[in-house]
Amino acid sequence: MQAQRQKVLILYLASSALDTPVVAWSLYDGTGKTRTMAADSDEPPYTTGLHALKDGWRLIQLSQLIPPYPGEEFSVSYQRYECVFEKLEPVSGDPDD
Amino acid sequence: MTDRSQLLSTREMAKFVARGFLRFDELVAPELNERFVDAYTEAGLPAIPAGTPMAEAWPQESPLAELHALPRVAGIIESLVGPGCLFDHHFLHMRSAAHGPSQHIHQDSTIDPRLNFDLQLMYFPQPVTREMGGTYFLPGSHYRKVNEASISRYQNILGTQHVVCEAGTILALHMGVWHGGGHSQSDENRPMYKVRLNPTVRQRRLWNTDDITEDTAAPQPIFSPAYPYDKQDIQTILCRPEPWFEIDTARLEYLNRIKLWRFLLGDESFDAQYWLTRLENEPG
Repeated sequence: MQAQRQKVLILYLASSALDTPVVAWSLYDGTGKTRTMAADSDEPPYTTGLHALKDGWRLIQLSQLIPPYPGEEFSVSYQRYECVFEKLEPVSGDPDD
Repeated sequence: MTDRSQLLSTREMAKFVARGFLRFDELVAPELNERFVDAYTEAGLPAIPAGTPMAEAWPQESPLAELHALPRVAGIIESLVGPGCLFDHHFLHMRSAAHGPSQHIHQDSTIDPRLNFDLQLMYFPQPVTREMGGTYFLPGSHYRKVNEASISRYQNILGTQHVVCEAGTILALHMGVWHGGGHSQSDENRPMYKVRLNPTVRQRRLWNTDDITEDTAAPQPIFSPAYPYDKQDIQTILCRPEPWFEIDTARLEYLNRIKLWRFLLGDESFDAQYWLTRLENEPG
C-alpha cells in the first residue's frame, strides 16, 4: 500500500455556517511538496467552507458555539469559526526525506 | 507644548481607534534617513533603561533625538500618549533573505486588557519592497485579547497589509495590533526601527480637538438607505468593518471602539450609530 500523508487546511469563516465566506486560512502540507508560511497569500483558496468540501476536503473539526462568559460578553479574541479539513495524498519514495 | 497644528486631527484619532494604526509616508527627510542608517545598522542602538522619560532617553544631537524631535513625529506621539511619555524599549529589526520564512503573526508583549494603550512607532529609514519582506500587520486587530504568539496558527487573514513604502515612512500602531516580519526574498537588508512608548497622563483629548462639533455625536438614522452617510464622519469611521471580521463579532468590535472613543473623549454619553445606547437602556 502506498504511503499517504495528511494535508491540513484550516479555514476561518465569517459565521458558523459552512457556506459563508472565508476570512482567514492556513495550509500545512504533510507531503512536503509545498511550503506555506505566514502572510504568503492574499486570496483565500476557497470562497466558502462549502467550496472546500466540494473540492474533496474532508471536514474533521468545527469550532464549538460557546456562550459568552458572564462579564465578558463584549470581549473579542481568537477567530471564532474555525474549520479544519484534511486530504490524504499518496507520497512516493521515502516520505521522511 | 507641541505646536497644535502638528497634533492629530479628530478624524485621524478616530481612524486610529477604529483600525489601530496611522501611516505617514515619507515623513522623515532623506538626509536624516541616511544618517540614521549609518549610525545604527552596524553599531546598534544605544541601551536605554525601560521607564526612562522619553525626553531624556536619546543621546544628545543623535539621529534618534532628531527623529523624535521632528515636529510631526512629536505631534503624533503627544496626540496618542501625551506629554511626558516613557521610553519602554526599542529594537532595530533587520530582515534579509538569510532570515528565512516570514515571522508568525503575533501581538506584542502579553495579554493587555487596558483601555490605556501604549504607542509603537515603526520607522522605515530605507525604501521597502514587497520582496524585501516588509512588516505585515492586521488593521483592526487591537481589541482582540489574545496571548502574544498564540495566534501563530493564522497564516493569512483578509485585509492584512504589507508595508511597502519609500524611505522615511512611519507607522503609528496601537500596542495590540497583530503583526509580523514578512518573508524576504531579497538579498538586501530591510531595517525597521521600532520603539514602544508608555503614557504617564490620562489619555483624554490629547489631540487637536478644535475640529469637534456638535454634529460629531449627534444621533443618526441607522440601517437607513435614505441617509447620506459620510465616509469621513466619526461615527461612520468607528462603525466600518474590516474584511476579516466575523459577521457577528464586527458588532462587538464597534462596541469596543466606541468604549475607547468615550474614554479618549472623556464623554461617557458618546455613541456611534446607537450601538451602546441600546444596550444601556435599562428602564426602571
